[in-house]
Formats: sequence, structure tokens, C-alpha cells
Amino acid sequence: MEIRKELNPVRSSSMNEQAVSNKSLSLTKETSNGVKVEVKGLNFFYSGNIHAIKNIALPIYKNTVTALIGPSGCGKTTFLRCLNRMHDLYPGNRYEGEIWMDGKNILASDIDLIRLRSNVGMVFQKPTPFPMSIFDNIAFGLKLNGIKNKGELAARIEKALKDAALWDETKSRLHESAHALSGGQQQRLCIARAIAVEPEVILMDEPCSALDPIATAKIEDLITELKKGYTVVIVTHNMQQAARVSEHTGFFMMGELVEFDTTQKIFTTPSNKMTEDYITGRFG
Amino acid sequence: MTREAYHKALNELENELLKMGEMVAKAVKDSIESLKTRDIEMSREIVKKDLLINKKRFEIEERCLQLIATQQPMAVDLRTIAAILSIIADLERMGDHAEGNAKINIMIGSEPLVKPLIDVPRMTDKGLSMLDRVLKAFINRDAKAARTICDEDDEVDALYDQIYRELLLIMIENPKKIEGATYLIWLAHNLERIADRVTNIAERVVFMVTGKMEEMNVSKY
Repeated sequence: MEIRKELNPVRSSSMNEQAVSNKSLSLTKETSNGVKVEVKGLNFFYSGNIHAIKNIALPIYKNTVTALIGPSGCGKTTFLRCLNRMHDLYPGNRYEGEIWMDGKNILASDIDLIRLRSNVGMVFQKPTPFPMSIFDNIAFGLKLNGIKNKGELAARIEKALKDAALWDETKSRLHESAHALSGGQQQRLCIARAIAVEPEVILMDEPCSALDPIATAKIEDLITELKKGYTVVIVTHNMQQAARVSEHTGFFMMGELVEFDTTQKIFTTPSNKMTEDYITGRFG
Repeated sequence: MTREAYHKALNELENELLKMGEMVAKAVKDSIESLKTRDIEMSREIVKKDLLINKKRFEIEERCLQLIATQQPMAVDLRTIAAILSIIADLERMGDHAEGNAKINIMIGSEPLVKPLIDVPRMTDKGLSMLDRVLKAFINRDAKAARTICDEDDEVDALYDQIYRELLLIMIENPKKIEGATYLIWLAHNLERIADRVTNIAERVVFMVTGKMEEMNVSKY
């Protein structure tokens, strides 16, 4: 698929126009990865005209992890859900602006949302296994995508479980209920389910917030592995996690993108005072 | 989610650094005072008190490590702690230079000084003034002031050159004074190193404020 190289990071945010535009421009030189998703002038309104996302522009680089941080209610999850148009599931929600993915504006009215969502998978805060076996949890999405052949199904399920670092723990119990798995295993199962349909982008909404430190460490290792084949966008409240797993970080505040830069820069020398105050715990 | 206890601990850390700075400044000042007044007891006291400076350094280091381990400081906080870890090492060495000067006074003992102390007190005052101001620049997050202080190191270097040449001349003219003159060269060298270490601290202040390491005054020695 076509990878868009050029960027249009200029945005008219009142908060930090100069910082974000300058940083975004410099990022094009710093990264060797192409841009997988390019967000331009994105606004999002919940039903009732609640302006939740304000004029956001940012690039999401291919085969990297992009972390979105910010205080509760700042719009990071709302933004994440724009990337596979999850908001369309509820009436009255409205987008403005553009989200370009492989040369197509996914906000266009003629976009096939089923295809988009299988191309842009999502992992939620709490593990959400279906009340069925481990095997069937993963087979579910594959069957929806028209894969009926048992051999192919089994091969795809094995690959997904291997990619999600869950195969060794489940290969002897594939037909047991997914609910018998631990919380961390359930979350990796959800990741396996998301990657089984071979998406290109994986969205993760606080994937470790319900997990213990060991399960969290496994998911973080997995994220690092996943980026070799996928583009990952992760929303996290855990700033150390953002610092550990991501290449780029965006700081959101009241629906605006205050700063977007390399993770190293954001966590050592952020350009914006608000970013610094947030990550050093002076507000939030 | 403001982190009051954490920020209080950071402030305390900075206060401890200032206390250590005061201890070092007093040691440097007293070491030259004891030489001027030929007070051997005072010099012995300075040698003893250097242990307290070393202890303070390790206390501060321990606090830094605790904050890193328990609070995961980031951005300017992380740079501040990294700067403090570096600054305390420089301060501790400055304390060692003061201790060295006190030991020189003890070694000279009851022998008369080979020359009157004129430029040595000047070097001392200059170095102490630089130290005082660099610590203020640290507290005020003032990179500009820190850069200015670095430029002043040249004045200390020039005073050292002057003392060195003078003592060399004394040694050439009267070989019996070689030992006494050598002691004073060591002493002046210690003072020169103290000013160099102030420039190290200034570099850390600039790093803390800007996030960039700059080599600001490369010593010719």
C-alpha cells in the first residue's frame, strides 16, 4: 500500500501552535519510518454538539508505537476511537477534518467500516473475551471475514496466538473457555483476536490498566514485538509505560494536542510547559 | 494527581545541596585563612570536617537514588536530579582540594612562607564568589548566569599563571626555597581546580535548564 511521506502538521491550536508545528516538522527528518496514518485538522463532536477533539494534526509512523497521554477526559480515547470510526456505532456523533491511511481518507462517507475496523484493530481497557472457547474467540473474527476452511482457521489461530505470545500457554487447552484464562492471558487473547484478521494498525486503549505488573510486562514485551509487523497506537495513563514502549508521544489536554514529539524528547525535555507540568506531576 | 510529597522531597534535595555547598565554601575559605594565620589546629579541623562533606555527598546521592527508584522523575525533575548527582561529585572534590590545602599548611608547619600571600587570597575570593553564584544560578534555574560564571574561570587561570611564574622565579633564585614554593604551587593548583569544578557545575545548571550539555570553558591545563 502507498505510504504517504509528506506531512501537514500545522494546526491552529491556541495552546501550542508553534511547538507542535515545529516539532512535527522536525520529526519527518528524524524518523526513517513512513507515515501510516496522517491526521489533519480533526475535530470530533459527540451527539449534542460536544466538541471533544479540537483541530488535531499528527502523523502516526508505520511500524512504531505511538503513545497518547493526558489527564482523564482530555480526549485521548475519543481520538483513538476516531481512528477506526468506533464513534459511528452511536448516533449523533460527528467528525470534521481528515484521517489519511494509505492514501484514503477514512472519514470519507464511502469508506467500508467493516473493512476499516478489520484493518484497524482495537484492544480495550478490560479484557473482553467472548463467552466461548479460546479457539472460537479468535475464529470469530476470521469467520466474519469469510474464512471457513478448518485447516486455514487452525493455522491462522495458531499464528495469532503465537504472535500474541499466548500459544505455549494455550496450545493444549484451545477448546477450554476463554474465561478460564488469567486477566493477562485474556488480554493477550484479545490482542490475538485483533491480530488474527491481520490488521495493519492496532489501537490499544489502556491495555494494561486492569493487569498486574507481571502481566503488564508481558503485554509491553508483546507490544514491542508487535510493532515489527503492525503500527500501534496506545492510550495509557501510565507515563512510564508510554516512556518504555513508544517511539512517539502525544500529550492531549482538553481535546487539544498540546505537544507531539519523539518519546525521548517528551519525557526528557518537552517543549511545552504544560506537558512538563503534567509529566512531572505538577497538575493532572 | 499533583505529587506534593514528591515535590517537597525535591525541594529538600535542593536545600541539602545548598548546605553541602556552604560546607565546601567554608572549608575552602578556612583552609586559606588557616594558612594566612598559620593556624595548624584550624587546618587539622578542616581535614577532619572533610569527612562530613563526604558524608553529605553520600546522603544526597542516596536521596537522589530513592527519588529515582520510587518516584520515576521525568523531564526537568529528572535533569535536576541528574545535575545534582553530578554537582555533589564536584563539590566533594572541591572539599578534597580544601582539605589538600589544609594539609599543605600542616606540612609547611612552622617554616615561613616563601612569599607573602597576595594572589592566593584573590584566587580564593574569586573561586568562592563563582561557587556562591553558580549555586544561586542552580536554584534560580538561570542558565545565562551560569554561562557568565564559566567565562570568569579565565581570570582564575591567569592568577594561577602569575603565581606559578613568581614561584618558579623564587625557586630559580634560591633552591633552598624549592620545597616551600612547591607547596604553594600545589595550593594554587588546588584553587585553580576549584574554579574549574565551578564551571562543571555551571555546565550542569545549563543542562538542567535547557536539556543540552554544553562544554563552556575548556581548561588549558
